[in-house]
Amino acid sequence: MPNDGEATGDRQAAGLNLNASSADRITCTTCYMCACRCGIKVHLKDGRIRYIEGNRDHPVNKGVLCAKGSAGIMNHYSPARLRKPLRRVGPRGSGEYEEIEWDEAMATATDWLGAIRRSDPRKLAFFTGRDQSQALTGWWASQFGTPNHAAHGGFCSVNMAAAGLYSIGGSFWEFGEPDWANTRYFLMFGVAEDHDSNPIKIGLGKLKSRGAAKFVSVNPIRTGYSAIADEWIGIRPGTDGLFILALIQELLLAGRIDEEYLCRYTNAPWLVIQDEGAADHGLFARDAAGQPLVFDVATQAITGAHQVDAKPQLAGKVTLADGRAAVPAFHLVATRCLEPQYAADAVAAETGIGADVIRRIAAELAHAAFEQTVVIDQPWTDWAGRHHDRMVGRPVAMHAMRGISAHSNGFHTCRAIHVLQMLLGAVDSPGSFRYKPPFPRPTPPGVKPTGRAADVQPGKPMPGPPLGFPTSPADLLVEADGTPRRLDKAFSWEAPLAAHGMMHQVIRNAWAGDPHKIDTLFMFMANMSWNSSMNTAGTMAMLTDKDPATGDYRIPHIIYSDAYASEMVAYADLILPDTTYLERWDCISLFDRPICDADGVADSIRQPVVAPDRDVRPFQDVLIDLGARLGLPGLVKEDGSPRYPGFYPDYLVHHERKPGVGMLAGWRGAAGDKQGVGAVNEGQLDAYVANQCFWRQEIPAEARYFKHANRAYLDWAVGMGLIDKPDPIVLQLYSEILQKFRLAAEGHGEVQPPDEHRNRVKTYFDPLPLWYMPFEEAEVARDAFPLHAITQRPMAMYHSWGSQNAWLRQIHGDNRLHIHRATAAGLGIADDDWVAVTSHHGRIKAQAKLMDGVNPNTVWTWNAIGKRSGAWNLAPKAAESQQGFLLNHVISELLPERGDGHRYGNSDPVTGQAAWYDLRVRIEKVAAGEGVSEPQFATLPVPPHLPERPDVLRYGASFRAASQGDAK
Amino acid sequence: MTSLPTGASRKRLGLVIDLDICVGCHACAVNCKEWNTGGVAAPLTDLAPYGADPDGVWFNRVHTYEVGEGVTGRTVHFPRSCLHCAQPACVTVCPTGASFKRAEDGIVLVNEDLCIGCKLCSWACPYGAREFDEDAGVMKKCTLCIDRIYNETFDPEDRVPACVATCPASARHFGDLGDPDSAVSRLVAEREGFDLMAEMGYAPTNKYLPPRPRRQDAGCTGASARLAPAAPAAPGGLLGWLDRLLSQ
Repeated sequence: MPNDGEATGDRQAAGLNLNASSADRITCTTCYMCACRCGIKVHLKDGRIRYIEGNRDHPVNKGVLCAKGSAGIMNHYSPARLRKPLRRVGPRGSGEYEEIEWDEAMATATDWLGAIRRSDPRKLAFFTGRDQSQALTGWWASQFGTPNHAAHGGFCSVNMAAAGLYSIGGSFWEFGEPDWANTRYFLMFGVAEDHDSNPIKIGLGKLKSRGAAKFVSVNPIRTGYSAIADEWIGIRPGTDGLFILALIQELLLAGRIDEEYLCRYTNAPWLVIQDEGAADHGLFARDAAGQPLVFDVATQAITGAHQVDAKPQLAGKVTLADGRAAVPAFHLVATRCLEPQYAADAVAAETGIGADVIRRIAAELAHAAFEQTVVIDQPWTDWAGRHHDRMVGRPVAMHAMRGISAHSNGFHTCRAIHVLQMLLGAVDSPGSFRYKPPFPRPTPPGVKPTGRAADVQPGKPMPGPPLGFPTSPADLLVEADGTPRRLDKAFSWEAPLAAHGMMHQVIRNAWAGDPHKIDTLFMFMANMSWNSSMNTAGTMAMLTDKDPATGDYRIPHIIYSDAYASEMVAYADLILPDTTYLERWDCISLFDRPICDADGVADSIRQPVVAPDRDVRPFQDVLIDLGARLGLPGLVKEDGSPRYPGFYPDYLVHHERKPGVGMLAGWRGAAGDKQGVGAVNEGQLDAYVANQCFWRQEIPAEARYFKHANRAYLDWAVGMGLIDKPDPIVLQLYSEILQKFRLAAEGHGEVQPPDEHRNRVKTYFDPLPLWYMPFEEAEVARDAFPLHAITQRPMAMYHSWGSQNAWLRQIHGDNRLHIHRATAAGLGIADDDWVAVTSHHGRIKAQAKLMDGVNPNTVWTWNAIGKRSGAWNLAPKAAESQQGFLLNHVISELLPERGDGHRYGNSDPVTGQAAWYDLRVRIEKVAAGEGVSEPQFATLPVPPHLPERPDVLRYGASFRAASQGDAK
Repeated sequence: MTSLPTGASRKRLGLVIDLDICVGCHACAVNCKEWNTGGVAAPLTDLAPYGADPDGVWFNRVHTYEVGEGVTGRTVHFPRSCLHCAQPACVTVCPTGASFKRAEDGIVLVNEDLCIGCKLCSWACPYGAREFDEDAGVMKKCTLCIDRIYNETFDPEDRVPACVATCPASARHFGDLGDPDSAVSRLVAEREGFDLMAEMGYAPTNKYLPPRPRRQDAGCTGASARLAPAAPAAPGGLLGWLDRLLSQ
């Protein structure tokens, strides 16, 4: 030992500067490390990013920041960042590129797209991935004139969005929130920890620390939030609907529902025509003015549903003026929910939840709702002018996400949750689920999809947006023979309410020319040749397949924009490199996915924090430039010159959807003194920057609950431009819209499904809540594929973006197949064994990890950790590609073939939502071999001129050196 | 060997970590990394950051364990960092005085100028909280963000460790555990916070708050085990209670 004496403790380390400034400049902007859109403060020191922290003043995250957001430095400086536009020089998929100038890149894109627009605008398929600028991209597609546009909602969330918007005019995901401060019972279904994640973590922390509420998590897997739940219900995937309907049955049998709420705010008392075979069977009986009817118990007469003095009847047959029978909607809903297949005892085996547990939870729900009523001393007035001294609430809150949505029965399961909420009076009442503005909106919102033959004309914009909410078969985008108009078959009889489009069908359909061929596939931030597709290997083959007759690629042109060397880059002909989120202007608009909360309306921007050090451009700028070059009407002035020469920031300020309503709602009006609606303000972006890049306006106190029926809220929302009219939003316990589609399937009306789709439409367009077995499980042999296989979202990783991040990949560098110990024991599988996972579609090899906290019939892994060798500028032997794996390879984008040869998409039959979680597999132990996951694909080359991967990363050393210098 | 400070202040700065609400999100670990990689112990070096086996310095790591089985089983997320012990073997074992405990606040630090990279401290630490920087050849560790908590260029409310500031669930608290009246001491008393491996005698300053009892059994919320059925339906009726409603 060099030191033979006792050293002296309690000394200051040399150069320890406790007052080192962390920044020369602190700039506020909005995070983009996932979809939460938290406010961040970026500390800049010597031109480099020293630190990123949550913004304490920001409405979303209130100062906190998650692992992803905290790792933003490593995404920003990632060696996988693209540097310059690229032109493919090798075969598609080889990853061989050369750099080109932006002028050439833009000219090429303009040539391709211009030719399409002049001939048949449908031949452009423009799809974006985890886009946060859909208000721009959807509008751009309309201006171009193609209906073939959507973002990734069809493979993510549309079951939740559609079920919510068609039922309660709002939805879960990040569009509503539990009343964290007041709830006494919080029931969470299948939540993936990557949306609204900081708000949920903040809320759970508060809820549990308050100590007055019970938190129940229904999820096959006990990770993340489920780990801190009071009770974890390890349900079998795809059976949540059975569990919910059994809860409803228990409540109905006990008479524990909120009749007053149902009568006041829902269509429960509306009379439904009972005339089997008639064209209006199952529709609401209405008066001459179209007002629905109810039976008033007080006067024993039929009267208008909006007659506020009526005491409407909820059950029992009534004779209409025309002599036909009708019953209240509630009668039908209750009858359905009381069917024996929804009894607690009947669902126990399928769900894996004991009947006693179901009965206990039903009792707990009723107890919380009706014995622990929350009262807020806040007078308010409802839509009909009735004054209420207080706000009385049912403190049962629910929240649901991907575990519900990613099944082929997800729409109806989500609707069943909303029915349960309505029965308990637990929609936007104190203590319950609360809407975030701009919701509630009409059920559904009034926008209809555009894209019928007359809407798509060479050289012309479409008359409306590509996406919307059909309310009858006449709104579908189908040809006269009933075949789909859109490439993805959204809004066709295969997926009538596909409100978010069906991105997961685009590549297959483009390849097959079904329903039509395209010329150019234009994508942004969508890793479709890897973790964003089902049938990943098949998708790669389709992207590279050539027509033997012509030798041309079946998908003739592919343009792709991404900031990073993702797997998809290798499959494009032209790459338009995007910036990182810290190098751009951006907008989190009320038109898109806003950052509102239940007590306030808000939107926000991103501003450039640092200038790009590469020849890259923000995608939104490129899109506006491209639109101007193409002469798209909204993007050029009368004289043909660009309307937004300042690109996206110019557009954010000056573009108006209707007079006074634009991308940003704050600081409108010439003087910046208007909110929501007002003239263009030249200083608007400066005002946002001065306010830490966000705008928020509190909802008046009397308007914060019962928003769907609250006079003050409805008037306020109209004034803010959120809804067009202050009409009450009646919650749809019974869905007349679904019945209209069913009637068409039964042979009524002018627009009817082709015969091959009739039964399917009739079955699944049920106006009442129902559960059916997910399609894959129903169609493949249960014995041959006895297990469910699903993914769970890691909190520290967002899809594919995180793996290039030097810090996050140390947390999730590879993934395992997690198996219940008992299940594994039965199959002779031990920890670290390698297993084959086989579905009806394919086979993969992965390494096993045993655990206790998982449904025994379910295996799972973390989502999107597996990478293709060579992608993301990771070493070819990176764990992500060698031990990591994707379940996507064993998921088919199509259901098994039926008797008639037709293959439906692996999707929900109502909304077209991708049914990722329907996957059924068998597993078996296999030899470890090289200890490498399968399948493996050829290592992708690194695009030209990307930096060398450093062997050692000493990020931050320079800041210390500088601060020590300061100290000395 | 290095001596502990004599005549030390009663002040013992540390963390209180609430295992009841930690969801295991790793926010604390990553925010710690990004702050400290540019702080007084910078850099928190990463070896092979884009290679087959990346290996970096982290002052705070989150581990996940399953405890128990079946309905009594639970998943526990356990963040682990230096506990700034009152009896830190990592200090007393240090042959050069590089590892030391501050008299004024109890924070355990490493003076890299004196560290010879012998790793004795990491062997001595029972909590595995020391992190050797292979590249720099010195030991590094949690500084309790000493360059934040006293930093006069920060707003007072920001003078907390990065892990505490960033924790989304508010599962981490910072304060003076030597002061029985401090908010953190009161929290520890109220929630029966405990010392990690107390029996080993290192007297850690950081405390962990145990998971609260779960509301899981019948009666846990005051509700009955099942709902009493309402009146049965009259013949031809839908539900007894609805029939009753109709006759009102």
